[in-house]
Amino acid sequence: MAYGDFVIQRNLNFTIFRGDIFIIMGPSGCGKSTLLKHLVGLKPPARGEVLFSEQNFWKAEPEEQERLMHRFGILYQSGALWSSMTLAENVALPLGEFTDLSPAEINSVASLKLALVGLAGFEDFYPSEISGGMRKRAGLARAMALDPEILFFDEPSAGLDPVSSHLLDDLILELRDSLGATIAVVTHELPSIFAIGDNSVFLDTESRTMIAQGDPRKLRDECPDPRVRNFLLRGGLEA
Amino acid sequence: MLKLRGDWKLKSGLPAPGALEKQFDLTAHPTRLTFDTTELTGWDSGLLAFLTGLEELCQARKLEFDASSLPEGARRLLKLAAAVPEREGARRTESHHDFLTMVGLESLTLWRSLGDMLAFLGEALESFGRMAVGRARFRRRDLIDIIFECGAAALPIVTLISFLVGLILAFVGAVQLVQFGAQIYVADLVGIAMAREMGALMTAIIMSGRTGAAFAAQLGTMQVNEEIDALSTFGLSPMDFLVLPRMIALILMMPLLCIYSDLMGILGGAVVGMGMLKLSAVEYINQTINGVSLTDFGVGIFKSSVFGIIVAISGCMRGIQCGRSASAVGLAATSAVVTAIVFLVVTDGIFAVLTNALGI
Repeated sequence: MAYGDFVIQRNLNFTIFRGDIFIIMGPSGCGKSTLLKHLVGLKPPARGEVLFSEQNFWKAEPEEQERLMHRFGILYQSGALWSSMTLAENVALPLGEFTDLSPAEINSVASLKLALVGLAGFEDFYPSEISGGMRKRAGLARAMALDPEILFFDEPSAGLDPVSSHLLDDLILELRDSLGATIAVVTHELPSIFAIGDNSVFLDTESRTMIAQGDPRKLRDECPDPRVRNFLLRGGLEA
Repeated sequence: MLKLRGDWKLKSGLPAPGALEKQFDLTAHPTRLTFDTTELTGWDSGLLAFLTGLEELCQARKLEFDASSLPEGARRLLKLAAAVPEREGARRTESHHDFLTMVGLESLTLWRSLGDMLAFLGEALESFGRMAVGRARFRRRDLIDIIFECGAAALPIVTLISFLVGLILAFVGAVQLVQFGAQIYVADLVGIAMAREMGALMTAIIMSGRTGAAFAAQLGTMQVNEEIDALSTFGLSPMDFLVLPRMIALILMMPLLCIYSDLMGILGGAVVGMGMLKLSAVEYINQTINGVSLTDFGVGIFKSSVFGIIVAISGCMRGIQCGRSASAVGLAATSAVVTAIVFLVVTDGIFAVLTNALGI
């Protein structure tokens, strides 16, 4: 992973298992969000491969890439809802473009997805008219529009109060269990890491590579690397 | 020993450490710097900034910096500032270029911007190709909204500017032509100038300021909010979904606006012709019909569709290239207008030479 000549992370090698909630963590500026961009197909990595069940994303044909992209949904840090459309239209757009449903069916599916994230009745609101937490949930509804197998979350709890952030964690767990989706989360929010993470990878800023991998709770108690434990104990090792 | 007296606050201004440096030079073999703060009445980060400057000075001269008599809070803050060593390579060095280097760099930027524009034009053409085979994805409602926004909604400003441009042309012409008693030819002058040049150019410049800038700002803001990323990750090409409808709308609307602007300009000329030169309406209209050929209108209309492409491309290109901050959006809007106007005038020049050479 690099911007020009500036290498951010190298030698990353990890597997996200089906049905897991996988945490990508590390200190600010270590390249978590860049890694996510490589994973979801927004920015080709400087070198290396991204495989979705054995299929190499960055070597695939454009049509194949598009097909792969429909298998995952992304919740952006700020929600990234299309601001010129209402919430229902936001959710309905991918449905309208990529399915053969009739407009009425699309509307009812869009309402259902919004209801799943607790936004029933907000169909005709514009993104600028609702709060930050609601925008995130609406973004989640859009990410789920095409019933993806993999959901990516970019800092889901950034800018949310503790209660909303906790509710969002519960929602993530619920979605994993009920939809059977695989979930990858970029975050440095410790409570959510321990609450939802099954598996994780830790990116380090100084050595510019991953220095730990595994269940975050185990890493906190048993990881031989003090940098990882220190991070997971909120700097508690130094004190 | 340095005695600190009175208030040391940001508001009251700070002395430069340079003055103390002279004092150091005067003292014979100084070894340490201590402070007397018995008369210090108040301080804030102004004092700290002064002290850090002093500390660096002491280090450079191998003096001992004795902070022990400073106020407790100030000592702790100084320690905090020194706790994390400066990250190497993090500080940006500001580079100054001489005039020639700047000219060179600017020319390179201009050259690169031409390359960017051609690349973007290529992508846009690909997108048109996809539309031709029905594979481009965009919402028809977006297209209709944009057509309204850059068509009907632009009429008032186009009316005003074109009418006045016609009026001004007529004034300028009238003053000269009256001297030969040939004031009737004001109609030809205004008609040909509007139809061939001014109608197309004025609408293009108005639209680049009005719509081109708006395109850049809209797309730029979408870039900042990750909305464009969100489109791409759904497999929707931003080129098809956002740029294509904007280009189609401008390419369709620009020639229509141009015709409208031609007529408004001629009307402006007629007002001067009838009001100042005492020509009758029939005379003026007949003279215009005889003097201005359909080819003149054709040239103007053709030019205006090309101008439509230029305005749409530069607006959309700057929007898509926009960085990820609020000031980048402003910059995108500005450079959309600048790019558009530069290319408009250059293209118009090329057209003038071409039509002349081809005898059109």
